[in-house]
Amino acid sequence: MSLQATSAEQGDILIVKVTGELDHHTAPIIKDFLETEMTKPHLRHLLLNFEQLEFMDSSGIGMILGRYKQVVQKGGKMGICGLHPAIHRLLEMSGLFKILIVGDDERHALSRLEVMAR
Amino acid sequence: MNQTTHNRMELSFLSLSSNEAFARISVAAFISRLNPTLDELTDIKTVISEAVTNSIIHGYDNREDGWIRIVTVIQDDLIEIEIADQGRGIDNLELARQPMYTSKPELERSGMGFTIMENFMDECHVTSVPGEGTTVLLKKRIEQTRAIFN
Repeated sequence: MSLQATSAEQGDILIVKVTGELDHHTAPIIKDFLETEMTKPHLRHLLLNFEQLEFMDSSGIGMILGRYKQVVQKGGKMGICGLHPAIHRLLEMSGLFKILIVGDDERHALSRLEVMAR
Repeated sequence: MNQTTHNRMELSFLSLSSNEAFARISVAAFISRLNPTLDELTDIKTVISEAVTNSIIHGYDNREDGWIRIVTVIQDDLIEIEIADQGRGIDNLELARQPMYTSKPELERSGMGFTIMENFMDECHVTSVPGEGTTVLLKKRIEQTRAIFN
């Protein structure tokens, strides 16, 4: 399987660590998982940890945007962290940095999310 | 030392989304002879992914029985990649190439495919005949200095 995800919760924040490659083939896997998890009433915010993400194309952008819309509908915030240079560049092109909370690592992103979520 | 390099490969595969990774790896392996930087390699893998995904999602409407062909030519430090399908073609090319435009918003498409191809490559040419198929031609010159020592 070229995409794996592990998740953890911190209060009302769902933290998902993604490993492998995020493209048109693998995006539905993570989409379905996140979509289902974020319907849980006690979860409001989402943090994606991309430290172990080795490749992403615009399918990943679409997937992230879809989850962002879902999170916003719950009045939550969405963060992202651990961006490799190529993925950072792609996200910058997409304009997603204007709406996502970005952290260097999980700890940094969580602290920013917690500040913004108040 | 002046070495003239000419090489060419042709690859055909079914329009299965699982072949997107295969296409990326295959083209990357073929051009590795030129000693591209990690950035250049990633750029090429990304544009391959975009073009092949377009053929699958749009050209073949996510059908898995279409053929996609990739031809890669190396001439010295220049890489030319052609990605062709025999799918439905593009009715309005100008509209399709508009940044953020997608004809399939329900599939969570970002509409960024062509923008990425244009940004990551030196040239991006698209020809299409509605009902017959689409061909994307991508060109990139990689830094000469490292290619010499091969």
